[in-house]
Amino acid sequence: MTELTTEQPRSSKIFFSFLPKRSGLIWVLLGLCIFAALLSPAFLNPLNLTNVLRQVALFGIVSVGMTFVILTKGIDLSVGSILGVCAVVTALMLTDGWAPGVVILLVLLAGAALGAVNGLGVTLGGVPPFIMTLGVMVMGRGLALTLANGQPIGLGEAAPKFMWLGRGDFLGLPVPVWIFFVVSAIAIVVLRYTAYGRQIYAVGSNSEAARLSGINVGFVTFSVYVISGMLAALTALIFVSRLTVGEPTAGTGIELEAIAITVIGGTSLFGGEGGIVGTIIGAAILAVLANIMNLIGITPFTQQIVKGAIIVGAVLYEMQRRRRSS
Amino acid sequence: MVDDKDKLEREVLDSDAILKMVGIEKSFPGVKALQKVTFEVQRGEVHGLVGENGAGKSTLMKILSGAYRADHGIIAFDGAIRTNATPSEMIECGLAVIYQEFAQAEHLSVAENIFLNRLPRKAGGLVDWRKARADAVEYMNRLGFMIDPETEISKLGVAQRQMVEIARAVSQNAKLIVLDEPSAVLGDSELEKLFVTIRSLQNEGVSFIYISHRLKEVFDICQSATVLRDGQVMKSEPISEWTTETLIQSMVGRSISDFFPNRNPNFGDEVLRVKNLTRKGVLKDISLHLRAGEILGVCGLAGAGRSELLKAIVGADPIDGGEIELHGKPVRIPSPRAAVRYGLGFAPEDRKTEGLFLAQSVKFNITISRLKEHLSGSLINHRKERSRVNELSCAFRIKTPTIESPVGNLSGGNQQKCVLAKQINADCDILLVDEPTRGVDVGAKREIYDLLVDLTEREGLAIIMVSSELPEIIGMCDRVLVMREGEITAEIMREDVTEEGIMTHATFH
Repeated sequence: MTELTTEQPRSSKIFFSFLPKRSGLIWVLLGLCIFAALLSPAFLNPLNLTNVLRQVALFGIVSVGMTFVILTKGIDLSVGSILGVCAVVTALMLTDGWAPGVVILLVLLAGAALGAVNGLGVTLGGVPPFIMTLGVMVMGRGLALTLANGQPIGLGEAAPKFMWLGRGDFLGLPVPVWIFFVVSAIAIVVLRYTAYGRQIYAVGSNSEAARLSGINVGFVTFSVYVISGMLAALTALIFVSRLTVGEPTAGTGIELEAIAITVIGGTSLFGGEGGIVGTIIGAAILAVLANIMNLIGITPFTQQIVKGAIIVGAVLYEMQRRRRSS
Repeated sequence: MVDDKDKLEREVLDSDAILKMVGIEKSFPGVKALQKVTFEVQRGEVHGLVGENGAGKSTLMKILSGAYRADHGIIAFDGAIRTNATPSEMIECGLAVIYQEFAQAEHLSVAENIFLNRLPRKAGGLVDWRKARADAVEYMNRLGFMIDPETEISKLGVAQRQMVEIARAVSQNAKLIVLDEPSAVLGDSELEKLFVTIRSLQNEGVSFIYISHRLKEVFDICQSATVLRDGQVMKSEPISEWTTETLIQSMVGRSISDFFPNRNPNFGDEVLRVKNLTRKGVLKDISLHLRAGEILGVCGLAGAGRSELLKAIVGADPIDGGEIELHGKPVRIPSPRAAVRYGLGFAPEDRKTEGLFLAQSVKFNITISRLKEHLSGSLINHRKERSRVNELSCAFRIKTPTIESPVGNLSGGNQQKCVLAKQINADCDILLVDEPTRGVDVGAKREIYDLLVDLTEREGLAIIMVSSELPEIIGMCDRVLVMREGEITAEIMREDVTEEGIMTHATFH
């Protein structure tokens, strides 16, 4: 019963081969956009669309890291807290007078270091990813609150030198959107065209076979948490720049958003299947959905219910698909 | 159509056999596992079910136990139609299957395992431990053995664990007990004890299906035997009608000498030498050597340390002592990664859990060990990769719709060819293969044998082959090492090797 059903070659599949396995997603996204436009003319307003894009970018960057982790059959619950710590550190350093360039570099390293803690716990310690990153999630939030004394830290005079990152525009698009493009493009190339990318899929599909195939499973696993941490830090930098405040509670709950985006984008929670293109579309779907709900006046509380249901729905869909094919 | 089925079911029920399976068919993608199989077991008999690996024995038993559902066919068990029964319904009505790998709760006691899910209760719902122990002792007495019912299962040897399984079957009032290769893990004296137990239960009216490919046992214990080959019943006869020759003829479908490729070995220099390799409790002081172009067989009973030896050589398991020399130079192989770099290929025993990435494509699987061959700069050159994989899949005759198809969709034989192609793509000159034809159908077996022989004769590859199928060892290997309890007990040259010779060194005296 372990055999899978024979896959029929479909012409559409060849045509859309750049899309992930669930290429139906792109139609879902288009459908949602048309629906949104019909529902509220405000949706197509350039200002609104820019807002949606910015949303896609912020959640998307974290989700790219999450996709790397989930591809190895892991999970990273700590991204929200790492974001919080990095937001506070960014604000502290900027108010202390450090140059923005140095701050960006050091904060990215700080995020990578926190990710490395996850990675070491999972690989050397053998702690299940869920537990390890849950621990770092709680510790990280505590660290952020401690560093900030529980108070938001305003950038004050340092703000103008740093605001371009979150508020700036370049060729008509917000800078964060460009950053997201670059991050996604690099991620796509890494996963599709490098040996390291292949090894991520191998580790996620079958870590024992990966080990016996001569892959350094420990290093690959460790590295995805570092990447995830670093991308959480990048998001923190954008957050702080945009709000000109470093909030210790920044990023609370973003891990769930990122998991939802990754899963909706067709990356399997069982590892080894999926990719970045799906995640980009997943981020867009969730952002458009949130935007629709905002436009028609659904409260944020109700929105949470809808989002939770969507996550469960996406996983249910995947379970069904797996059951059918086994 | 429905009337036909009713009529057939009535006919089937007419017989007073304990089990009657009629017209059973089962397909998996790419494989017809069973075709029109009719199988009957009389009350109180021990019925041998024989056939090579991949002949469909376990599929048939899984359909009987309710684990699989047949595509077509009728199953009558103990006077009732049970075609689509669930596993628990089958247990309920008196079927017990004892698999080679026991389904036991390792950390529970003997008594708990015998009464798993059915522990006797006191009024109020608490477990009546005193009764559980007493009952366990009674069942064990009936079977003529005694183990303290409090002993944890994991502390027992395989023979004792097998007895506990049988006690559990008896406690469930099993009317038909399926023994799946019970002798694979037993020595001679233990096997004799098992036979005594089987005969005494038989006298109480219990029937058995005895699955084995050791023909001597089948003649010793069975009253009739059915041969399966390629998913079809070849013949089903009382044991008196069979001879060893006719049984082999039915199983293999041709004589052994036709089945294995001719060897014209051409030995080169020594490529591998292992000195005093030791892993505590698993491998004792193993020394061996291997020349280019040679096929070295390693055999022994399950648990003798054959797979562990291969895993120790390639660095997949840690070792406590010993040296390895490649091409005359001492090397340290701390991990499979190092083994791949040294040109040491390894095709593990369990393709699905250790050898392949089932959800990934044929291409992915073949190139994953050595992606650097397919890089342009630091990026993978997909065109170069595809053309190399196409070349290999042609040379290895891998039957797949495209090289982008998931390897999990392929038949066992083609999956195994992918595993081998992967090693060759990784440019190995020494190949360690563990049970290369397990779960592979007969036609593909021959192709794999041809491949291995071809690789040794034309490319000078050196192969160590672990197998529990003695005909395969005898038909393929230039030299055979026999293992027992982690030690090498004999080295036999090709011209002297016989099944009996191997078994004397593999079992206990």
